[in-house]
Amino acid sequence: MIWSLVAVVGAVGWSVLALSRGEEVSAAWMVAAALGTYAIGYRFYAKFIQNRVLRADPTRATPAERMGDGHDYHPTDRRVLLGHHFAGISGAGPLVGPVLAAQMGYLPGTIWIIVGVIFAGAVQDMVVLFFSTRRDGKSLGQIAREEIGPVGGVAAVIAIFSIMIIILAVLALVVVNALAESPWGAFSVGMTIPIALFMGIYLRYLRPGKIAEVTLIGVALLLFAIVSGRWVANSGLADAFTLDPRTLVIALVLYGFAASVMPVWLLLVPRDYLSTFMKIGTIALLAVAIVVTLPNLQMEAVTDFATNGDGPVFAGSLFPFVFITIACGALSGFHSLISSGTTPKMIQKETQVRTIGYGAMLMESSVAVMAITAACVLDPGIYFAMNAPPAVIGDTVQAASDTITSWGFTVTPDQLASAAEAVEEESLLSRTGGAPTLALGVAVVLAEIIGGDTMMSFWYHFAIMFEALFILTAIDAGTRVGRFVLQDALASIHPRLGKLRDNTWWPGILLISGIVVALWGYLLWVGVNDPLGGINTLYPIFGISNQLLGAVALAICTVLLVKSGRLKYVWVTLLPLTWVSVVTLTASWQKVFSGDPAVGFLARRDQYQEGIDNDQLLAGAQNMDDMRTIVNTATLDAVLSAALALLVLIVFADALRVCVKAVRHPGSVRLRETPHVPSRIIAPSGLIATKEERAELVSAGLGPGGGIPEQSTGPRQEVSER
Amino acid sequence: MSPTAAPRRAFAWLRWYVTELTGENAYDRYVEHAMRTDPGAPVLGRREFERRRTDRRYAAPSDGLGGSFKGCC
Repeated sequence: MIWSLVAVVGAVGWSVLALSRGEEVSAAWMVAAALGTYAIGYRFYAKFIQNRVLRADPTRATPAERMGDGHDYHPTDRRVLLGHHFAGISGAGPLVGPVLAAQMGYLPGTIWIIVGVIFAGAVQDMVVLFFSTRRDGKSLGQIAREEIGPVGGVAAVIAIFSIMIIILAVLALVVVNALAESPWGAFSVGMTIPIALFMGIYLRYLRPGKIAEVTLIGVALLLFAIVSGRWVANSGLADAFTLDPRTLVIALVLYGFAASVMPVWLLLVPRDYLSTFMKIGTIALLAVAIVVTLPNLQMEAVTDFATNGDGPVFAGSLFPFVFITIACGALSGFHSLISSGTTPKMIQKETQVRTIGYGAMLMESSVAVMAITAACVLDPGIYFAMNAPPAVIGDTVQAASDTITSWGFTVTPDQLASAAEAVEEESLLSRTGGAPTLALGVAVVLAEIIGGDTMMSFWYHFAIMFEALFILTAIDAGTRVGRFVLQDALASIHPRLGKLRDNTWWPGILLISGIVVALWGYLLWVGVNDPLGGINTLYPIFGISNQLLGAVALAICTVLLVKSGRLKYVWVTLLPLTWVSVVTLTASWQKVFSGDPAVGFLARRDQYQEGIDNDQLLAGAQNMDDMRTIVNTATLDAVLSAALALLVLIVFADALRVCVKAVRHPGSVRLRETPHVPSRIIAPSGLIATKEERAELVSAGLGPGGGIPEQSTGPRQEVSER
Repeated sequence: MSPTAAPRRAFAWLRWYVTELTGENAYDRYVEHAMRTDPGAPVLGRREFERRRTDRRYAAPSDGLGGSFKGCC
């Protein structure tokens, strides 16, 4: 009964979104469509997967219970673990992709975010979490090696490493584009480093372990840094913090290197706390603001760029490029690294994989819906002015206004100038990368409930800071993890390189950190210097690589379903696997071989090479150096796209081999599952305990968090007793 | 039932949630665990415990691919 009501709400939301033409649509319909669909997916599809497909077993002890040592890995209350897991998976990705995809209108992106998460993204997260839980919390790379074989395993690890480098470069590019020529932004984001150092020293020496306290102090300092950024921007210091993109690249590379070699407690740990708090806090604030204000969407449902493929933000038609641009939020391969490894070592019960794996991904998807909403709240003219590269719209408000109006989105030079003035920026033209657009959208929404127009510029810089903060956190942590991966990989090539694995051998640490930083730093440098605009070239590669990782994870899940005798239900992962493979491989193919120079890297390379041969300048190039840069960049991008796709095809081939073998000779394959150990923990599986679960908890004398009966000092009792 | 009971409960719950989420109570848990398994054994001081905990959490994972690269997408 209640579920038919939910279904009706969702259906009404979808019909209004899909059918309205010409008039502005309220964000309320967005909220209705998303929440209605999530609720049904979570209640029915996720439950079906957990009970019928995975057959999660409440009597089987999880790694947390078996290996719990009173230190870090202990069975964690499901509500706390949901927060942990969500903070682990979410980041800048779901905020940026949907903003870029908004160039095709709000509808294609929204459909993909919501349908994609139900059938692909959340399924991947949940199934990986389940299988890793059954394998002592092993990582995806390890599972691939053990269950598929050395060839597929090695290809998977190389793919994971390359994808990591690309992700770091693209995220760094987003930060560079958001902070370039913005003294306010550069100052307040720069201040996060001394704030983190202070927090690190506080936690290490002054009051060890007082994490909540130091985080609150840090957040207060952070807000002060945002406010004082305005004073700096209006003072004589402004010039010192007005940085051009190239300077920012050097600063970021140095920062990444320092974070990788410095002790973690000094920089990494406090930043981690700070960004987790800001992430959860700001997302909650934004959700409340959107639901309270229910702004109207100004963007069209579907723009002409969806069909003609000439969009200025990224080139190519709706299929496959919307599905590539929005990776995080719909299907993010990266989550499979968190779902394997960390979370399985903390989960209380196998039956909680739906709550944690599927549930957290639904939350991330809703973040993506918020991001696309924030982008579509803006005037489309301003949206395109911010997201089109200078090669397309020129670098004056007059030129930008003329070009954008010629696309059918009326915007005057005055509007463009006053939008920049409202947030106290020099200019908003070509602030590509999604972060500034999102920040402006967020500022519009938040200013409506707190502060009005006078607070616009504060909220804008608040949002910039919040995105830059967790992108930088991803960069410092990512560089360090990249270092570990490379150390491990090199050390396993030859025994004489074994010393590289030693984390106290400084020459090794410095060398490997340098290599990792140089790899993403080089890509970032290329992106910043791309005369045609770095984001529109690199972002598709980022999306492709992230989803290729998703394809690898789904392929591994499919192998495991087949090997463990669940052939009947193999479609649960095979369906999203097929879809994402078709999308990513089509996109890779088009990015490399398409005859349209705006899309295909090889065609672009040939076009500009011919220009050089004929001594002729082509669109986007100011001089012959630019022409050569474009040729080199296109070659690099083509090689990168092709190499990634090949790696993934190797994993697929090896996975297929194992599947065929398992179907033909079921006796010949060995499943590396940990044997069944009976579980003593009693804990509800959903966020809210059912009536039966509550009765069980009460009779065992446990609080709502669950635990092991008759072990008074075991997992958490409820607060009311404390 | 006093009128402040509900907000007080909500605040207590929030406090509990934050200490759990941040791992601030890891030390208490460690002490409990240590007492339970071997009441006579020496117990680390808080400073030393937090140091080791941080070092362990961010140390190189055994297989090179740990979850400490988080918060990306």
